Amino acid sequence: MDFNKNVGQPVSRLEGKLKVTGQAKYAAEYEADNLLHGYVVSSPITKGKIININIAQAMAIPGVVDVLSHKNRTKLAWFDLQYTDMDAPPGTVFKPLADENILYNGQPIALVVAESYETARYAATQVIFEYEQETFQTDLESNIPNGRSAKKGFATALKPPPPPPTGDFLNSFEQAPVKVAATFQHGTEHHNPIELFATTTIYEGKGKLTIYDKTQGTINNQLYVANIFGLHYKDVRVLAPFVGGGFGSGLRPQYQLFLCVMAALHLKRNVRVVLERKQMFFFSHRPPVKQNLRFASDVEGNVTALGHSVFSETSNFEDYTEAIANWSHKLYPAPNTLFNHKVVPLDVYTPLDMRAPGGSTGMHAIECTMDELAHKLKIDPLELRLINYSEIDPSSNKPYTSKALRNCYLQAADKFGWSNRNPEPRSTKRGNKWVGYGMATGIWDAFQFPARVEAMITKDGRMVLNNATTDIGTGTLTVMTQIAADELGLSLEEVDFNYGDSKKPFSMFQGGSSITSSTGVAIVVAAKALRKKLLKKAAKMPDSPFKNSEDAEVFFSAGNMHLKDQPNVFVSLKNIIASNNGKPIKTTNMGKPHMLKLRKYSLATHSASFVEVEVDQDLGTVMVTRAVTAVAAGKIINPKTAAGQISGSMIWGISKALHEETFMDHNLGKYMNTNLGEYHIPVHADIGQLEVIFVEEKDELINEIGTKGVGEIGLVGMPAAISNAIFNATGKRIYKLPIHFDELMQ
Amino acid sequence: MRSETQNLNHLKQGDCTVNLTVNGEQKILQVQPWVSLLDGLRDHLNLTGTKKGCDHGQCGACTIICDDKRILSCLTLAVMKNGSEITTVEGIAHGNELHPIQQAFIDHDAFQCGYCTPGQLCSAIGLIKEGKAQTREEVKELMSGNLCRCGANIGIIDAIMEVKAGGGHE
Repeated sequence: MDFNKNVGQPVSRLEGKLKVTGQAKYAAEYEADNLLHGYVVSSPITKGKIININIAQAMAIPGVVDVLSHKNRTKLAWFDLQYTDMDAPPGTVFKPLADENILYNGQPIALVVAESYETARYAATQVIFEYEQETFQTDLESNIPNGRSAKKGFATALKPPPPPPTGDFLNSFEQAPVKVAATFQHGTEHHNPIELFATTTIYEGKGKLTIYDKTQGTINNQLYVANIFGLHYKDVRVLAPFVGGGFGSGLRPQYQLFLCVMAALHLKRNVRVVLERKQMFFFSHRPPVKQNLRFASDVEGNVTALGHSVFSETSNFEDYTEAIANWSHKLYPAPNTLFNHKVVPLDVYTPLDMRAPGGSTGMHAIECTMDELAHKLKIDPLELRLINYSEIDPSSNKPYTSKALRNCYLQAADKFGWSNRNPEPRSTKRGNKWVGYGMATGIWDAFQFPARVEAMITKDGRMVLNNATTDIGTGTLTVMTQIAADELGLSLEEVDFNYGDSKKPFSMFQGGSSITSSTGVAIVVAAKALRKKLLKKAAKMPDSPFKNSEDAEVFFSAGNMHLKDQPNVFVSLKNIIASNNGKPIKTTNMGKPHMLKLRKYSLATHSASFVEVEVDQDLGTVMVTRAVTAVAAGKIINPKTAAGQISGSMIWGISKALHEETFMDHNLGKYMNTNLGEYHIPVHADIGQLEVIFVEEKDELINEIGTKGVGEIGLVGMPAAISNAIFNATGKRIYKLPIHFDELMQ
Repeated sequence: MRSETQNLNHLKQGDCTVNLTVNGEQKILQVQPWVSLLDGLRDHLNLTGTKKGCDHGQCGACTIICDDKRILSCLTLAVMKNGSEITTVEGIAHGNELHPIQQAFIDHDAFQCGYCTPGQLCSAIGLIKEGKAQTREEVKELMSGNLCRCGANIGIIDAIMEVKAGGGHE
């Protein structure tokens, strides 16, 4: 028996060899005959109208084929709804080149198409625009009074507004013996995957397109293109076999897809459009947010009141929201709560989910406030979490399908050496550096979406699986292959998982740490149906020993099907297919969440992060010297790739706390540091020692495979743990992220 | 404007010839003088293993080995390298046998999306050859021109340290 031979093993990425030899091809790397290159012209003004475009000079340059703008663009779909996509927030979707109006700085206003990239780029400087400028508002802080409740829509289901108030927050907070009130802020962040956004569109003729696109959702973008350009969805194929990072930026179709497809259809040619790095700052981003928190407790440390109000940026055309104020009451059982969230519409592009959207933002404020409360109470911060530990979800009064957070706290604290913490701030030194310890809790959703998988056994006894999901670097190919191999008792080499193609059966976009549970469950469902079909076929073979066997009476191992009570009796999968005249035996099935059952439960992954920082006493520079994060995320299919997800998102936490921010000049309405030199992300030298612990968490309720997803949870606790460690090191509470050295110098 | 257009016409007719040895093979590039070595490799020789992440020398994804040194191919014009010997990620392995650093990257899970990987690999080979970085801290410092947004940093440095310890004369 070799069940679970592969699941749970630290298998190296199966696509690894392609990636280390340069053979993995990304969206801009597909060759096509007579390929044209498009270069996007971005609006230099923030708001207003284009009143004139002169393309004569650009068109006179040899090699320039066309300049597409709102004046000469292809006829497009009329209804706003046709521009919508699976991740569109409520509102009116932005339509590139729709008309003369400019809604935000950097908006695409034309596409120059030429025989070479360099020619297109040069010609773009020769297109002359005249504008009428209007006043604009881009500053969150000065527009807080314009905050309002967000419109509700399809996206609200995944990101619900904060729960209604409970008890009497205002009175209980007023009268509480111990309380903390603080205001937290963080700036805009851009996803900045290292691969530039790109689309290569192959014009196949007769209204057919093959599109290589940088996306986290092949089917999402297939439907988007088909709807807008009036094509049959079967004639649009979107491929994304390799994606050079997403982090949320590929959840919605980005503008290079629209422009590339428009040019290909207009010119009936193959076209590629690659954005420049700075043009990737002209689309979705993590919104700047301001949060006011008010937490109170009794003198023993029992939290009695939780107040959390949020103002987040959105665009003037869509109401993007995140679940920011929803988390504290999922952890801490306070009887009095007051939560609210308002969006502030500004003249910017619509924000979009960026790794652990909302969770990393809200939990930073929540866990820093808890730390401040612990300090006031003179209770160890970890002890305060344990005093307020809840086995159920207090915000809904439902039990969790599983919650091993207590073990996350205990195991990570032990590994980290938390008991050595000096509770007195600014009292521990190592050379000329202040040393501090900090900790924080992490909590994140455990999403599962419906997914369909086609599974088959071919004449050579191999298992082939098809699903439209992408693998943005998370290890999806490897993990799915592991799950499938165990289902049919095969080795990893005998399984082919095909993905990154909208022609394959349905998958949602790859976001919300959902794909292992979504496609993984669909594989299990399809494999079960496949085993049934194989048994049925085997039973019909001449003199078959499986004639009267039930599904539960056979098992699969090493390419054979055996009788459980007579393991020596078996038939090979190859022979079963041979008896089917060599034709594959196949099935297509849907895996879906068990909504009725799960409605009685709360679903979440949890984590605990412990961090040591060193702060230079003179320069205020901060280094995260070491960090331990323990994660409870159900079953871990591949501890190697899963640990990569956690340590990678811990580094995102370091980045959010100490490095990354997009600066806006509100006089110009323009982002100022639109390049990787000035948009800081951690480099190798910024990374100290990081450790990941997966805490045992058996979850038989959540889905067929007991997984909860690991793509984001590692980020959630880190920013607060770092901020709290900086307080322990220096005695300074810094409420704005990222924390810069100047705030720590004195 | 007119003179610029004429100028461009002239240059277009006068593509420059650049002779390169790329991964042991003789290659001739016919490019305009402003074409970067990166675009020359990717768009003209179809060697797309070398990546473009910023085109400004800020991310390191385009790192290649040119005349035994690691360089940023996006900050190098192709015409500057006439007669040079170039190794890209496609030329690191010996046939089917991976270079030790490639195998170490797989073993240490030193990448996720894989997009910065070719630059990290070429940079690592260059770094080992330079022989300056001895300690882990020095390796981290001298690899810091290569960004990894997925956060595979620890695996990358682990892989380099392992290859360095194993001789690393490659």
